[in-house]
Amino acid sequence: MSTPLFIVATGGLLGGVDPWIFGFSFVTVVVTLWMGFRSAKTSRTASDFFVAGRSVSVGWNASAISGEYLSAASFMGVAGMVMSSGYDALWYPVCYACGYLFLLLFIAGPLRRFGAYTIPDFAEGRFDSPLFRKIAVCFVLFIGFFYTMPQMKGAGTTLAYIFQNITWSDGTHGLPYWVGVVLVGAVITLNVSLGGMKGITLVQAVQYWIKAFAISLPVFVLMSVYGFYGLHVGANQTGHAGIEPVAVAQSIERKPLVEKAPKDAYWVSPFGPLTTKAVNAAAAALPADQRAAYLAEHQRPYSLLYTYSLIIALVCGTAGLPHILVRFYTNPDGVAAKRTTMWVMILIGVFYVFPPIFGVIGRDLMPELYSGVGSKGTDKVVLELPTLLAAKYGVLGSILSGITCAGAFAAFMSTFSGLLVSMTGALAHDVYGRMLRPQSSPAERMIAFKVSAVVIGAVAITLGCFVEFLEINFMVGQAFAIAAASYFPLLFMSVWWRGMTMKGAATGMLTGGLCALCAAALTNFSTLALDKGPMGKVFAGFAPLNGFWAQHPLLRILAEQPAIWTVPLALALMVVVSKATAASVPGDIRMKMLVLHAPEKLGLKQEYIQEHQAGMGH
Amino acid sequence: MPPTPPPHDAVHSEEFLHALMRRQLKLSIACALAFLVVLLGLPLANYFAPELMATRIFGFTLTWLVLGVLFFPAVWAISWIFIRRSIWLEEDEVRQVNNERKGN
Repeated sequence: MSTPLFIVATGGLLGGVDPWIFGFSFVTVVVTLWMGFRSAKTSRTASDFFVAGRSVSVGWNASAISGEYLSAASFMGVAGMVMSSGYDALWYPVCYACGYLFLLLFIAGPLRRFGAYTIPDFAEGRFDSPLFRKIAVCFVLFIGFFYTMPQMKGAGTTLAYIFQNITWSDGTHGLPYWVGVVLVGAVITLNVSLGGMKGITLVQAVQYWIKAFAISLPVFVLMSVYGFYGLHVGANQTGHAGIEPVAVAQSIERKPLVEKAPKDAYWVSPFGPLTTKAVNAAAAALPADQRAAYLAEHQRPYSLLYTYSLIIALVCGTAGLPHILVRFYTNPDGVAAKRTTMWVMILIGVFYVFPPIFGVIGRDLMPELYSGVGSKGTDKVVLELPTLLAAKYGVLGSILSGITCAGAFAAFMSTFSGLLVSMTGALAHDVYGRMLRPQSSPAERMIAFKVSAVVIGAVAITLGCFVEFLEINFMVGQAFAIAAASYFPLLFMSVWWRGMTMKGAATGMLTGGLCALCAAALTNFSTLALDKGPMGKVFAGFAPLNGFWAQHPLLRILAEQPAIWTVPLALALMVVVSKATAASVPGDIRMKMLVLHAPEKLGLKQEYIQEHQAGMGH
Repeated sequence: MPPTPPPHDAVHSEEFLHALMRRQLKLSIACALAFLVVLLGLPLANYFAPELMATRIFGFTLTWLVLGVLFFPAVWAISWIFIRRSIWLEEDEVRQVNNERKGN
């Protein structure tokens, strides 16, 4: 960023930017930075940096995990997607929240008991294989970068929204998308490199409460002014004879829908725009007289398949996100890990009731957002909706807009910092500390942590600049699909099946993860090829793929939502290859399983580590 | 920290590990099944009984009310039951082992 830009920015601030919105967002950023600096003084040891000294209490940890988990996708993306796709998009918030149940039932307790620093640590410890650590590290970085892109888009969109009215010296309006990405990325990178895990635990815990407040308060005010959630859903016709909108719903204020908006019945019923997109594209490619018959035959079955695949991706993906898993290591013991998960589910469940309400009310009151694309589309409904109140009630509305903006800031900042810590941990602890220089001193490792944070922050910022035209929630869904096909099978099987070998685990995880990655990349590239701007030119080579998708809608669905075949594939490969290589099951597998499953009170873990250290010589 | 058990301790027997893992896995699977019936059943209900699922309740359609609102408390209930049972299981295991150690 050049200096003239800053000067013009400050000049522009005086006119065009809502002081409340700017004020609240600014305070959130400053508080985040201040807390980072403050905790930097108390973060001294490597353990502080990587796992916050393993001493985070259940309440703090649950708030911090929730704060980390509720990303830009949850705060802005879910509302935007419910607005654009209706009922089908509700699966996102529900599965985001309920995926934790799987984590709680099968993974949380045992994983914490094993006593590692990072997931790659667990991978190596469970299979006694340094090679497997390397594979696991690659996947931490892969999934992490995939997940940072939508956070960066959230940052770019929000800043562009706040500064939409400033005028530059050359006469253009608004802030370019990339400025927000760079600015927010830099702030968080600084924070993480200062305080590590211990530093961000406190920040993220506070940010959860900022987000919960910022999403719920405007909803309550909006509902008291414009009518209850149910009435806004009820304003949509279901298209079933005899089930018309309730009479009360007629009193709801409703602006006429624009041409691009999906029709009522299609929007409010299951199997709507989101899950039928591929079939509709295929039907559009057919001669007009065959379309209706084709749709009648294929639309609903394919849509059901899409729904199930999405559910599998989100539920299993939650249980396999490295930046969430790494947080379980900050619990004092396995019971605390389970209690924490329970509280996380309550905290995020309460949160996730609200974003769809924005989407539903937005459909009735701000249908003009349907016409926007990129950072001007439905993704910004959470930020835009409170401005309606500003027109009606003046300053009160501005304050509410300010609060939602602050919430959005908290959302992408906390998730990005969590991702940065887990990826930095992988690079500094696993790559530097274990592979490159195993003999390095703790002080050197802390410097490595800081350097890695800067490197990864820079890469994430660069990637974030390229994704302006992809939907936030969609990108997150794909990160989940990759995690679901790689980490979830790995963790689930290695915790519960003692016959698992390193080769089986690696084959399953790599095949599942890479298949999901390729499928996601193909869908994304073909979508980017449709873009009219510079992105379209870069990915123009993938344009013919769209013709192929139109011919084979089933393949398009399986590429867009690959979990339904990649997760079983990964699990099956793990079983088959492990059976074939049964001779290489680690010799002390019984002890390992005991450490994973026996309560800490039996004192087995300590014994295991002593034995292990004596045997391994480190 | 409790004293390190001697290697011939019952804890290290194959039976103990089996019993330990089976009890906990049984509990987890029971809870997971309860969850999956609801999670995977809802799309099926939408598919086979669209009229019923479109019934209006407080303005919501039935399926919207279930997915958008009621799903969350249901999951909390499952996880609450799981936590209580699983902590009880752990305590029970510790009790058993300690009794056996005293017996030796």
